[in-house]
Amino acid sequence: MNRNPKITRRALLKGGAALGAGLVIGFRLPLDAAAQQTPGVFAPNQWLKIDRDGVVTITNSVPEMGQGAMTATPMIIADELDADWGKIRIEQAPANPKLYANPVTGNQAYGGSRGVRDHLEMWRKAGAAARQMLKQAAAQEWNVPESELETEPGVVIHRPSGRRLMYGQLVDKASQLPVPQNPVLKTKDQFRYIGKEGIARLDIPVKTDGRAVYGMDVKVPGMLIASIERCPVFGGKVQSFDATAAKAVAGVRHVVQVSNGVAVVATNFWSALQGRRALKVTWDEGALAPLTSAAISKQYEAMSRQAGQVARNEGNAEQALGAGGKVVEAVYQVPFLEHACMEPMNATAHVMPDSVTLWVPTQNPGGHQALAAKLAGVPVERVEVVTTLLGGGFGRRGEPDFVTDAVETSKAVNAPVKVIWTREDDIQHGFYRPATYNVFKAAVDANGQPVAWWHRIVGPGILIQKGRAPKGTIDPAAVEGARNHPYDIPNIRVEWVEKDFGVPIGFWRSVGSSQNAFITESFIDELAHAAGKDPYEYRRALLGKAPRHLAVLDAAAKGAGWGTPLPAGRARGIAVAFSYGSYAAHVAEVSVAPDGGVRVHRIVCAIDCGIAVYPNQVRSQMEGGAIYALTAALYGKITLDKGRVQQSNFHDYPMMRIAEAPKVETIIVDSGQAPGGLGEPGVPPVAPAVTNALFALTGKRIRTLPIDRDLLKRA
Amino acid sequence: MAIPVTINGRQQQLDVPNEMPLLWAIREAAGLTGTKYACGVAQCGACTVHLDGQPVRACVTPTSAARGRRVTTIEGLDAKGEHPLQKAWVEEQVPQCGYCQSGQIMSAAALLAAKPSPTDADIDAAMAGNICRCGTYQRIRAAIHKAAAMKKAGTR
Ligand code: FES
Ligand code: FES
Repeated sequence: MNRNPKITRRALLKGGAALGAGLVIGFRLPLDAAAQQTPGVFAPNQWLKIDRDGVVTITNSVPEMGQGAMTATPMIIADELDADWGKIRIEQAPANPKLYANPVTGNQAYGGSRGVRDHLEMWRKAGAAARQMLKQAAAQEWNVPESELETEPGVVIHRPSGRRLMYGQLVDKASQLPVPQNPVLKTKDQFRYIGKEGIARLDIPVKTDGRAVYGMDVKVPGMLIASIERCPVFGGKVQSFDATAAKAVAGVRHVVQVSNGVAVVATNFWSALQGRRALKVTWDEGALAPLTSAAISKQYEAMSRQAGQVARNEGNAEQALGAGGKVVEAVYQVPFLEHACMEPMNATAHVMPDSVTLWVPTQNPGGHQALAAKLAGVPVERVEVVTTLLGGGFGRRGEPDFVTDAVETSKAVNAPVKVIWTREDDIQHGFYRPATYNVFKAAVDANGQPVAWWHRIVGPGILIQKGRAPKGTIDPAAVEGARNHPYDIPNIRVEWVEKDFGVPIGFWRSVGSSQNAFITESFIDELAHAAGKDPYEYRRALLGKAPRHLAVLDAAAKGAGWGTPLPAGRARGIAVAFSYGSYAAHVAEVSVAPDGGVRVHRIVCAIDCGIAVYPNQVRSQMEGGAIYALTAALYGKITLDKGRVQQSNFHDYPMMRIAEAPKVETIIVDSGQAPGGLGEPGVPPVAPAVTNALFALTGKRIRTLPIDRDLLKRA
Repeated sequence: MAIPVTINGRQQQLDVPNEMPLLWAIREAAGLTGTKYACGVAQCGACTVHLDGQPVRACVTPTSAARGRRVTTIEGLDAKGEHPLQKAWVEEQVPQCGYCQSGQIMSAAALLAAKPSPTDADIDAAMAGNICRCGTYQRIRAAIHKAAAMKKAGTR
């Protein structure tokens, strides 16, 4: 790969080793006034400290779930600090919202692709303040004006006299200085790391040799391992259980009831699992026992005839639809989806009489700290949270259940306990992306241009179900990507009908946008074809008020060679969406086998994430986002029968594999705007780009996901 | 009645039941956590190790099947962690969350041992059993080709 000559491979490997060690130890007390005064350590804020050897230790608050946070965070801080990249060590922040909360949300919880975009300014200031103090310290030392000083990685330089002082030589003096509140930030052309190619992720070496420590890998002296039998029906409760046979299994130590079921606690996982198999539980299955997917669809359909809450209303769509012109109508449906993080849910807790330690792969260190405190009955400050590496997050690891499991079980057996979920537990006890039902109507004029857009969504609200938005209001997560579609149409009405069956729902990578981009970008494509127009040009003409959408659309079309000939049997589709602060457009190139099997050959993605802090990871997220989206479009479906999830593991909830994976090419469109997110925005346009391509190829419009290959079969 | 197994060149006595999957014996009895659990039913490849040089899914291999045999895990692939695949994985910046990657590398190592210059089709076939939920497939492919080239250059 293209390397920045200033960063040696050796230095990076060293950095990686330090990282590994840091993770294994994993403990760290929050920086406070006392830490500031540690002799020989310059710690101007909670984000960085420098010792006399010039080693810069940066604290990363954003959990590393694969998105590169453990490298992006130090890149930003080190850049403004002008630190030597080879002397960077990285530590994961403890749960301590007072010090480490996201400055925009106020919580120490991470979702919504908020890592870089919410923290960039604060971290730049943290680094810049330290650099300014080091310069001031050198100015005092040399008795020269600070304005004559500059920095290079790890050193302050006085060019007129040729003098240099390493940062490590300045820590004692710098520690005595006041911390500037508004330090001068670098201009873009001065960046050393931000926006540069060739910076290797610090966490990759340990992820290639087995040293990386995930939640699954935590080892605590005296730790027991638990597996929890859960009610197969959502919301069901334990009525009674017989642990006799379970307790007879060698290695099983305890069988205890917890909120989420019955925990079998053993000296090792295999014994816990055998014990669980021997356990007999009688469930009170509760109200959802009769629920089926068919009933959900039917009820949704019935409710789609009721008026909903109005999420957007411009002009008078209903009047325009009734004006006697041409009307295009369609119904779109998407299923429940599970996150399927590669690392099944788990957490390790040690509940002691007056404190708790939690080792957990978490997207929500602050929330899980508070939850553990409540469950254990100790003050929040007495809960130490060690955030391990996450084997995938995607929105799943902010939920409370796996932490509840570990804290309650540890408390019940009075020992440190790791609760390990099986893959089956994971698939069947998720917080699913909501299934929804959507009705579209559009009135088009004689030229095929839309004059009215009418969209009614039926489905549950994630924020409402979680009590984070009031019942009776419009759940922002349910309508995102639908109410803010970018097309300039005179009459627009978007409605939302809330229907929540009580199936647990959650934030699935790109949340509402993941499904609403599919339906809106499919429907606009339908209008283009109904008008006999090129779907790319048709969109362009409607994006007059959306320049950033237009720019990525153009870039993707150009990169993909939109309009140029393809081999026989292939076609392209296009789609564009805004989500989580960024604009993305995708062009997919597809073919269909005689049996209806869809092959996606190539995806070209254009992304405008404002300033691209870490270009290689921008590409990584686009590559990964595309595969995540394709898995959903081609296979993803969680169905219910008798209130139970029918899928259980990768054989019936399949993931895309290497042979099917298309080449993903990423074009970074530099808009120079404020930073946007990256974990999520690469997902939404992918499914519609594929299904729009399928329409161009076969004339079959896919209105329900996952794609039904029977519809595409050639007789 | 411990089960004798040589793991990464070290003779060990694993005090576990015969039917315990090798995965859990490796992780919990031998304490080597680089080998991962993700499905338990031979569907994802996260638990891939080499048994006498052949890739197996440790989650469905009873520990007794390894009696008296050689097991290689990700920790033992190369003493310094500098197997060409490990270097290529760093150079191509393959891992995202990384959880699948031990298994990916162990499958790829078995492939390279059998076919020093694999084609894309060889890669598709050898890596078919390894899921990456983060979708790092195109980098995995590039890194395998790169490692193959490195190996060739090194043996010349
Ligand atoms: S854990 Fe063994 S194949 Fe998935
Ligand atoms: S890197 Fe996350 S599952 Fe492969």
